Amino acid sequence: MNTIKHFFKSFLFLELFKGLAVTGRYLFARKITVQYPEEKTPMSPRFRGLHALRRYANGEERCIACKLCEAVCPALAITIDSEEREDGTRRTTRYDIDLFKCIYCGFCEEACPVDSIVETHIFEYHFEEHGKQIMTKEMLLEIGDKYEAEIAANKQADAAYR
Amino acid sequence: MTITDFLFFAFASVTIAAALGVVASKNPVHSALFLVLTFFSTAAIWLMLEAEFLALVLVLVYVGAVMVLFLFVVMMLDINIAKMREGFVSYLPAGILFAVLFLAVMVYVVGGVGTDVMNTAALDNAIKRAADYSNTEAIGEILYTDYVLAFEVAAFILLVAIIAAISLTLRRRTKTKYQTPANQIKVQRDDRLKIIKSDDEVLK
Amino acid sequence: MIDNLLIFALDIWNWFPSGWQTFLLILGKIVLILAPLMLCVAYITYAERKIIGYMQIRIGPNRVGFRGWLQPIADAMKLMFKEVIIPAKSDKYLFLIAPVLSIMPALAAWAVIPFDRGVVLTDVNAGLLYVLALTSVGVYGVIIAGWASNSKYAILSSLRVGAQIIAYEIAMGFALVGVLMASGSLNMSDIVEGQAGGLAHWYIWPLLPMFVVYFLSGVAETNRAPFDVAEGESEIVAGFHVEYSGMAFAVFFLAEYANIILISALTALLFLGGWLSPFEGWLGAEHWLGASSFFWFFAKACIFAFLFLWFRATFPRYRYDQIMRLGWKVFIPVTIVWLFVEAVMVVAEIGPWAV
Repeated sequence: MNTIKHFFKSFLFLELFKGLAVTGRYLFARKITVQYPEEKTPMSPRFRGLHALRRYANGEERCIACKLCEAVCPALAITIDSEEREDGTRRTTRYDIDLFKCIYCGFCEEACPVDSIVETHIFEYHFEEHGKQIMTKEMLLEIGDKYEAEIAANKQADAAYR
Repeated sequence: MTITDFLFFAFASVTIAAALGVVASKNPVHSALFLVLTFFSTAAIWLMLEAEFLALVLVLVYVGAVMVLFLFVVMMLDINIAKMREGFVSYLPAGILFAVLFLAVMVYVVGGVGTDVMNTAALDNAIKRAADYSNTEAIGEILYTDYVLAFEVAAFILLVAIIAAISLTLRRRTKTKYQTPANQIKVQRDDRLKIIKSDDEVLK
Repeated sequence: MIDNLLIFALDIWNWFPSGWQTFLLILGKIVLILAPLMLCVAYITYAERKIIGYMQIRIGPNRVGFRGWLQPIADAMKLMFKEVIIPAKSDKYLFLIAPVLSIMPALAAWAVIPFDRGVVLTDVNAGLLYVLALTSVGVYGVIIAGWASNSKYAILSSLRVGAQIIAYEIAMGFALVGVLMASGSLNMSDIVEGQAGGLAHWYIWPLLPMFVVYFLSGVAETNRAPFDVAEGESEIVAGFHVEYSGMAFAVFFLAEYANIILISALTALLFLGGWLSPFEGWLGAEHWLGASSFFWFFAKACIFAFLFLWFRATFPRYRYDQIMRLGWKVFIPVTIVWLFVEAVMVVAEIGPWAV
């Protein structure tokens, strides 16, 4: 009996028609395409994009050259050199991130004791020449200065969960 | 020269050139493809002889199926061309002899000994059929009345050949593992999936 | 002014000898068939991307032109300006002939397709046989492409295609024999006229298994999903046309879609009464829906072309041994059994074709 049922089931293409019905239904379903350059999907405050170095409100750079980020970086993308500044504090003389090596894991941000290195919401960027993928300290600070308000707001939004 | 004449000579020369290509080309795949071209232009000539059924069946069966299988085999073979061509010159006299013999037989059969082989008068007198004359129907009528016995015997021989070919190649190898689609398709949900009620507190 | 131009044109026309006039007339008809066909091929690619997109709740191409209507033109331009790369150690002549061999039968078969009553390039007696013969030649393009490319993926694909097409051609041929028995003619126009009398008289009803086998074999013949092992992207990259680029690739692409349209048109002609209106007998011939016209032929062919796309969006690819099993062990026996049933029906004079 089961065999006969199965025989009719396969010869009448019942399962195939079920499949066709599914795709047929979706033909008229509301489309979920996001028209990217004009529309964008919402982003989490934890989004990990291009890096930035932050400053304190008085303009002093946060980074104290502890090199925790360099140590934690799984892709070895961060290179730091440090020296004593005139006022006796330890500061970086070089802070490079190789964006080709970087895997955007966000460990540097997690490791940083002073919230200096952060990852911003910027993800639409490109390089036109080889060598331009190395972000230097000046470039990172510049990004940090430019987007400080946004970065601070994201940190604030996520603070409750840390 | 009418258009028909022109077409005939065009197809005839293609046939001959392609037939020469079959024997002369170095690469066996090229030879097979030349044979396809020969069949094709022959079919065109048959079409002009108002034998459209035969022409189309030639294309369908020989070009569409037989030669494809042929090509398969030839494509898969790793033939050493230099070795194959070693004996070309020594076989040439025998080859020419057989070619001449075949030609003689064909002249004998087609033209009849002593008659004018290129009897153009007979060609001119050939009956031109009306446009609605169906070659297929005519063949069918003869095949299933006058020649029904021969036709059935031929069909039977073919059937025997098919069965023989299958029984020669069909051997059950015991050690190979293979899948049986029929069994795969037959699988029902109940054969594989068992829903168990669990008493485990964690799962609850 | 216009009169003068017409007379001038007529003068030029009369200047040609009569043999040339027929030749030019046929050439003109061929252009009249092929130009819209090529346009259809271009837009079926657009339709495919749109429909499959919609079924995957996307919206498909929408950037070039209004709602992406110029997308196929942009694609054609792009392909035309790309370089045709001929691989080293490939068989150059065969490599370039292969795409031509694959598009030639797809276009030549249109010579016997009637679009409306009497609107056909050549109304030959053995039209059905001609179509069958030509579609069987299409496999050469693929096989030669696979071999001439001198690439492993390509040759694997061409072997798959060869075996698959031969298997399904037999089932297809048997299904056509069913149509032939029903209509008693190989002539396409006669086959369509034999289905006159409205929806109930179409061959799809008495020949339903044949119809299913024919259409599914058609899908397999054109190497479309779910029978597209020939170009299984996940296994053999792109199959027989991995090595092709630019216009040579475009020709393969054209051939595939021209074949889809051909199979759709043939199914519409053989089983759904071609240009005949489904409302024949209910609505008078005066009503535009009741009159048989090119519109009906086009609409029916469109349904099947849509089915091709629908299948592609729905079914996963068959495994190769399952394809072979379906062709040899299911389709062929089904058609043979139904041929017997049909023969009994013909002898007993039941069915719409009872003479």
